[in-house]
Amino acid sequence: MNNNTEITAEKMFTETDIGRRNRLIENVFKVFFFIMTCLMILPLLLIIGYLFYKALPVLSLDFLFKNPEDNMRAGGLWAPFLGTIYLVVVSLLVAAPIGVFSAVYLNEYARENWFTRIVNLAVVNLAGVPSIVHALFGVGAFVLFAGLGESILAASLTLAIMTLPVIIASTTEALKAVPMSFREACWNLGATRWQTIRRIVLPNSISGILTGVILQVSRAAGETAPIMFTGAVFYKAIAEGDIFAYNIIDQCMALSLHLYTISTQVPDVTEGIPYGTAIVLVGSVLLVNAAAIVLRVYLRTRKRW
Amino acid sequence: MKNKIEISDLKVYYGEKPALNGISFDVHENEILGIIGPAQSGKTTLLKVINRTLEFTQDISVQGSVMLDGVDIYSIGDVYALRKQIGMVLPLPVGLPLSIYDNVAFAPRTSGLRDKVELDEIVERCLTQAALWDEVKDRLDSLGTKLSGGQQQRLTIARALSHQPEILCLDEFSIAVDPITTMRIEDVLKDLKNEMTILLVTNLVQQAKRLANRTAFMLNGDLIEIDETDVIFSDNPGQESTYDYVNGNFG
Repeated sequence: MNNNTEITAEKMFTETDIGRRNRLIENVFKVFFFIMTCLMILPLLLIIGYLFYKALPVLSLDFLFKNPEDNMRAGGLWAPFLGTIYLVVVSLLVAAPIGVFSAVYLNEYARENWFTRIVNLAVVNLAGVPSIVHALFGVGAFVLFAGLGESILAASLTLAIMTLPVIIASTTEALKAVPMSFREACWNLGATRWQTIRRIVLPNSISGILTGVILQVSRAAGETAPIMFTGAVFYKAIAEGDIFAYNIIDQCMALSLHLYTISTQVPDVTEGIPYGTAIVLVGSVLLVNAAAIVLRVYLRTRKRW
Repeated sequence: MKNKIEISDLKVYYGEKPALNGISFDVHENEILGIIGPAQSGKTTLLKVINRTLEFTQDISVQGSVMLDGVDIYSIGDVYALRKQIGMVLPLPVGLPLSIYDNVAFAPRTSGLRDKVELDEIVERCLTQAALWDEVKDRLDSLGTKLSGGQQQRLTIARALSHQPEILCLDEFSIAVDPITTMRIEDVLKDLKNEMTILLVTNLVQQAKRLANRTAFMLNGDLIEIDETDVIFSDNPGQESTYDYVNGNFG
């Protein structure tokens, strides 16, 4: 055998020029992708850090539990904070059951035909409608046509319409994650579709479904446009510390709208107050998201295949 | 010999595409009928017609008749009761994401059985019949999905037996199972034959030769030949293509 073509252990493990170049390129790309990943964290850290820095002078428990005073130039966030909670809770109470159950129907029962195609098309397009358009629909449908007036109910229903398609989409994802073979095995045993859903599909997709629903809290809490014409107002004083202070047929304040008005409409607001409002809004949303993550991790430890 | 299933002129189409081109044959009571043939010959479709799970597939049409104990299965009202008379074992083992106990108790529970003693009895009987009881009797609470492939396939068989079906259909059950387990399951089937009628779809022609009383050879949606297994595997079966397939001359 010729010496040049003979493969010896020594030759195999000696680095060639091509090997060196490949290793260099490999490292360059790895570092590049890592830097890009870090860039993602940076804005979040900067935003939160900056907000905290600016809001520090006003942050206190009173800030959360006192009503705004002196035409928003002093006091706290109680009325808008509670208003946002009302809006989010009522909208999810409406959107979550409708969204989850319709996704179950579409995934588990419906055959592909013109009806389901139209529904799926509607879901995709509804998710792409700008929130201000949802607001106008809410004014027309709930405030005027249904006669709800500008109220928490009308605003929540508008938010519900907005979050519904995303809940349907995330529930669909969660249901599809349950392997088809489980369903077939159940059907072969003579189980009905409902028995299959009840005993196999839902218990194994509930974590994904709940996570999808909880993540909609942040969207509902953050939106301004859909609520500003349908139920949220500039100012409304309510009993401090009473979590039942709002009636759902009343108007309410909301954090997102409050932040907008004190930043743009009210002159001479103490600088800390808008930043404090932003911190409370972002903080509550992050808290809820964290709860979703904890729930997901907990349920994943119980994953059964 | 009594006929358990009588199939006449069965045609199945997926959309426009034919899967079964009008096949007719009978299955005798308490026999193992081997069904062999290459891929795309319609074997799996045939089983799905018999327990009517083909209905979950979109865009199919079924013509002809399938009689079970003299009753047309497409005329009966309670399709779930039909499926419970037919145990079905699919190629890939499926442990449901439930405990071993709940896997076997699943089907009886869907029929409304709640009595713990009766359920215990069913679980033990089915796991024993499937040659799995000794391996899992001390850990019935652990997940069926965590068993090995061969154990999961025996769990699948135990589950299929939990309704005391009159017919057991196996669709290439040994595809994901080691040879030892395959042999154990084959021994199980020989015993079960006394209690039920078995349809054994298999890609392993030797498996049909070992187990089946009669063997059917299917090709491209046609039933080429059905006869005593000895005849099918002899040097002169009814059709030349049967001889070629059984002896590995095409495929």
